[in-house]
Amino acid sequence: MTGTAAAPAPSEVQRGRLAYRRRQTVKSVLVAAGSTVALGLILTVAITGAPGFDRVRESFFDPKVAAETLPDILVGLWLNIRLLVCCTIGALILGLLIAVLRTLRGPVFFPFRALAIGYTYSFRGAPLIIVLYVLTLGVPGLRLAGTPSVVVLGGIALVITYGAYMAEVFRAGIESVHPSQRAAARSLGLSYRQSMRFVVLPQAVRRVTPPLLNDVVSMQKDVGLISLAGPIDAIRAAQIGVAEHYNFTPYIVAGALFVLMAIPLIAVTDWVTLRSARRQSADGAA
Amino acid sequence: MSTDEPAGRGPAAPADGTVLSCAGVRKRFGSTEVLAGFDLAVAEHEVVVLIGASGSGKSTLLRCVNLLEEVDDGTIHLDGEHITDPRINPDRVRQRIGLVFQSYNLFPHLSVLDNVTLAPRRVHRIVRAAAEERAMTWLSRVGLADKAKEYPDRLSGGQQQRVAIVRALVNSPRLLLLDEVTSALDPELVGEVLTMVRDLKSDGMTMLLATHEMGFAKQVADRVCFLSEGRILEQGTPAEVLGDPQQPRTRQFLQRIIESGRL
Ligand SMILES: Nc1ncnc2c1ncn2[C@@H]1O[C@H](COP(=O)(O)OP(=O)(O)O)[C@@H](O)[C@H]1O
Ligand SMILES: [Mg+2]
Repeated sequence: MTGTAAAPAPSEVQRGRLAYRRRQTVKSVLVAAGSTVALGLILTVAITGAPGFDRVRESFFDPKVAAETLPDILVGLWLNIRLLVCCTIGALILGLLIAVLRTLRGPVFFPFRALAIGYTYSFRGAPLIIVLYVLTLGVPGLRLAGTPSVVVLGGIALVITYGAYMAEVFRAGIESVHPSQRAAARSLGLSYRQSMRFVVLPQAVRRVTPPLLNDVVSMQKDVGLISLAGPIDAIRAAQIGVAEHYNFTPYIVAGALFVLMAIPLIAVTDWVTLRSARRQSADGAA
Repeated sequence: MSTDEPAGRGPAAPADGTVLSCAGVRKRFGSTEVLAGFDLAVAEHEVVVLIGASGSGKSTLLRCVNLLEEVDDGTIHLDGEHITDPRINPDRVRQRIGLVFQSYNLFPHLSVLDNVTLAPRRVHRIVRAAAEERAMTWLSRVGLADKAKEYPDRLSGGQQQRVAIVRALVNSPRLLLLDEVTSALDPELVGEVLTMVRDLKSDGMTMLLATHEMGFAKQVADRVCFLSEGRILEQGTPAEVLGDPQQPRTRQFLQRIIESGRL
């Protein structure tokens, strides 16, 4: 609405204010630059001046070793990425399903509700590594025909562990939607399922997107644990590189790649969180 | 404004033209009996206004009629159909009754147009274009056509409440229930909502409404019912109940309203 008419020229006072603010901005940029340079210098001197610095540099930051192991690590990383995508989708679907099951009322749904509750209680408590070992080492031990590969079993371990966390996040979201919204939907003649699908879930999912993305970021790291069961992912490839070269550089390479992979995800999470915080404070003001 | 004919759902109205009848309705929450054998009949095109102290059970009654609450005893009939029969599908009943809440309860994640067309599209299976055309007709009638694409949080309280009423109306309800639709509004926004309700009355809409606006009750009510202790203590034309109350408790209630400057 504002700005359609030409704004009148700023008054003397306003011009003074603007000039003052500009000077303040320049000043704070200079201060920030100065303190950054100072801190950088101190850190550089402290680290490079340390007595064991040369040895550490050789065994952790050897460019030759990095170049030689990078291709294998990248191949491994591709497995991590595929696993992350599949497990995220799997865990989101499982989490949503379990959360909705827990909201169902009525005697018919009692066993489903009990199962859903038992599942979220157990798998939020169970360490991922144990679940991973049980599935990837235990299940193939049964020697059943058609047992999936270790990668798939490891993926299933991730999905059921993270599904339990995400189910709780979704449930919190569903419960945060005010009962009057459901009453309004039902009063229009929508069935329980329709109210859930068109009114409750869209609002719930919007509210819990930031915490869900945080779970995805943390899953991003845990996908690497699958290397414990044998498949050659980025971390396992790095481990092999370390053994071959008697040098730790491959670990640094793999670590850096994981961080690079996480940056966009974390950035998206921060952006979504900020946006939803703004929206909620706008709701509160309305 | 003109009201569209209900789309032939439910049985035909009984010959005496009674749309709603409640008989001996009881409802308790814990140890408090909110409705204690409540009787009420609303005829076609009639506007019945419920008044009574806060907590006297007006909202509870409206929620029972809309089957959002289960009655503990008694029966409710809509167009002669027994709707408190446990074998009945409550969704089908609610499709024939509109309910508007004190706090609007618009869906914040949907635009005004989507709020209004949700039930026609999902419940009555009307295709989007037709549902939107109908919705736009209603929105234009109440002067909100330019807000169709806005989200509810961008609207004033009065505008939100008018959208909420339109949302109930596009289902062509047989009966419209209004629960203190102006109580959450700033005084200067009350008028626009009351005008809309008055227009609905002249369309012949059958309405049962709870209100604290006695002036408004006088204007629209064919009958005013004063609720006390879970029953209708006194009822009659607005002139009778508001102008010359017979029961001491009704007088006391109106006195308090007058003192708070709402008459
Ligand atoms: N869901 C509920 N659970 C418990 N008590 C309720 C519930 N709904 C209403 N009540 C109680 O029932 C009484 C009547 O409430 P209500 O119908 O909202 O009155 P009114 O709309 O006339 O102000 C109040 O004492 C209220 O506390
Ligand atoms: Mg009330």
